Amino acid sequence: MISEVVLARPEVASLNESVAGAILEGTQTEDLAGHPEVTLIVDPARIVDVARALKTQGFERLCTVTAVDWHPQEPRFEVVYHLHSVKHNRRLRLKVRLGSDTAKIESVTSVWRSANWYEREVFDLFGIEFSNHPDLRRIMMPEGWQGHPLRKDFPVHGFKYSYQDS
Amino acid sequence: MSTIEANSTTRRMTLNMGPQHPSTHGVLRIVLDLDGETIVTARPDIGYLHTGIEKEFEVKHYHQGTPLTDRVDYLSNLNNNLCFALAVEKLLQVEIPARAQWTRVMMCELQRISSHLVWLGTHALDIGAMSMYFYCMREREEVLKIFEMFSGQRMMTSYIRIGGLALDHPRGGLAAIKKFADSFPEKVDQYEELLNSNPIWINRTQGVGYLTLEDMLDMGVTGPMIRAAGQAWDIRKSEPYSSYEKFDFEVPVETASDVWSRYRVRARELRESTKIIQQAVAGMPEGEWKASAPKVVLPDREKMKTQMEALIYHFKIVTEGFTVPPGEAYATVESPRGELGYYIVSDGSAKPWRVHMRTPSFGNLQGLSQMIEGTLIADCIASMGSMDFVLGDVDR
Repeated sequence: MISEVVLARPEVASLNESVAGAILEGTQTEDLAGHPEVTLIVDPARIVDVARALKTQGFERLCTVTAVDWHPQEPRFEVVYHLHSVKHNRRLRLKVRLGSDTAKIESVTSVWRSANWYEREVFDLFGIEFSNHPDLRRIMMPEGWQGHPLRKDFPVHGFKYSYQDS
Repeated sequence: MSTIEANSTTRRMTLNMGPQHPSTHGVLRIVLDLDGETIVTARPDIGYLHTGIEKEFEVKHYHQGTPLTDRVDYLSNLNNNLCFALAVEKLLQVEIPARAQWTRVMMCELQRISSHLVWLGTHALDIGAMSMYFYCMREREEVLKIFEMFSGQRMMTSYIRIGGLALDHPRGGLAAIKKFADSFPEKVDQYEELLNSNPIWINRTQGVGYLTLEDMLDMGVTGPMIRAAGQAWDIRKSEPYSSYEKFDFEVPVETASDVWSRYRVRARELRESTKIIQQAVAGMPEGEWKASAPKVVLPDREKMKTQMEALIYHFKIVTEGFTVPPGEAYATVESPRGELGYYIVSDGSAKPWRVHMRTPSFGNLQGLSQMIEGTLIADCIASMGSMDFVLGDVDR
C-alpha cells in the first residue's frame, strides 16, 4: 500500500515506473517544522535495483545504513537506509524487512561506496549478512567476538563468565 | 609503485600507525603499506573506543539518554544534545518556545567555535606550528567558562534537554557571551596573521590531501570537508532547525579541496559563528525557556515547593520517564564535523526501542584511504588532521 501523498512525490512516481513492483509500502509523516519524512518499504530481492534507480534520480548520498531488531516478532529485522539528495534537498528512507532465518541481503556498495562501513557495522552488531560486499568483517567489536551486541536477545551487560565453573 | 617495478629488491613495509599515535587524536589505528616514503595502501582499523552507546540507550529513559549523547562526540556535545532532542521532539510533536530555540542556536555556535579551535590548535601543532595551540586553547577556555556558567559543566554539558533547556540563562550570562563574541574576531585575525603567510604552514597544507567532490559525496564525507571542495551544502541553510532561518550568515565555500582550503573554510566559519552569536545575543527573546508539556519537561523547582501537581509530575518523569508515541524519526543537524543525525524508533514505551547515530566522523573517515593512498607518509598527518574526526564519534 503506497499512500497517495507519497505517490505524488516526484522521486516515488518515477521509481514506480522504473522498478515496478519493488515498492511494497510507502508512508509519509509530517512534523511541526514541515520537514516530511518519506519511508518506502522495499522488496529485499530488489534493493540494489531500487538503490540504483534512486541514485540516477539524484540521491547521490547514502547517509547511513542501520537495522532495527523487532525480536521476538517476525519478520525480525528491518534494514534502514537513509538517502539524501544535496541537489534537490530531499531525504528518503528505505526499509527492508528480513526474517530471522533469512537475515541476508544484497549489498549496495556497488551503488554507494559509503555503504561499505555502514554495512559492516550492521553485520557486526546485528549479524545481518550482506552478499557481494567487498570486505565483510567486524568493524566495532574485536575479531574473535561471539554474538551480535545490538540484537535484542543479547544482554546489555554482556555475557558473564564464571571462573569457578571452568 | 614504479620503484617496485624498476627494482625488484625493494620490499614494501607494513607500518602500524596508532592506536596510540598522538596525531590520531584518540585511538585510531591505520595499517599502512609503504613503498619507501609513499603510502601504497592504508587500512583504517577502528573500534578501539566502541562503548555500545546505542545499546545503552535502549535501557534508559529518554531524559537519561541526554547525558549519553554528550559522550558521543565530546568536542561538540551540545550539537549531539540538540540532535537527540530534535528527534524526540519530532516524535512527541512538542513546540519549543523561541527563547529556548535561540539559546540552543547560540550555544551550538559557541560549541562550533570551541570545536574548531581545538581542531586548529591541534592540527597546527601536528604539522609544526606549536604556538597556535596556546592561542587556540586560550580562547577555548573562555568558551568553556561560558558553558560552565550556563550549565555547571565545562564539557559534558547536557544543557539542551528534550522540551527546551536544562536551566534558564544565569545572571550575567548574555553579557559574558557578548564580551567574548565582540573580542573574538580580533583573535581570528591573530590566528590568520600567524598562519596565512607562514611558509611552512602553506607548504604543508596547499595541494595536500586532495579528494574530489564526487568521491566525497559517494563515500559519505560531509561538513567543512565538502564545503572546501566547492559544495555549498550546510544543513543549517538547507534544512533549517531550531530557528536558524532567522539568522543572517554565510556558508563559506572553497574549491581547492586540500588541507589549506579546509583550514580556510573552518577559519571563516569561526567568523560566521561569531556573527550568529552576536545576533542571538542582540535579539534574544524573553519568555519561557522550556515547552509547556508538563508530562515531558521537568517542572520548576519553585513550583515543586508549592504545587502538589508539579511534585507528582516531577516524581513520575524521574521514576517512570515519559512515553513517546510509536513511530520513527530522523533528525539531523550540522555539527562542526558535518552531518549529525539521530534515528529514533519508538515502540510507545518510556524507553527508545532503537537509537542510531549517524555520526559525521564515521562517514568522513571512510574517505581517508583514498585521500592518503599514493601520497607521502609525511603528508598523512596533515591529511588526517584536516578531517577533524573525533574517535568517540567514530566508534560510539
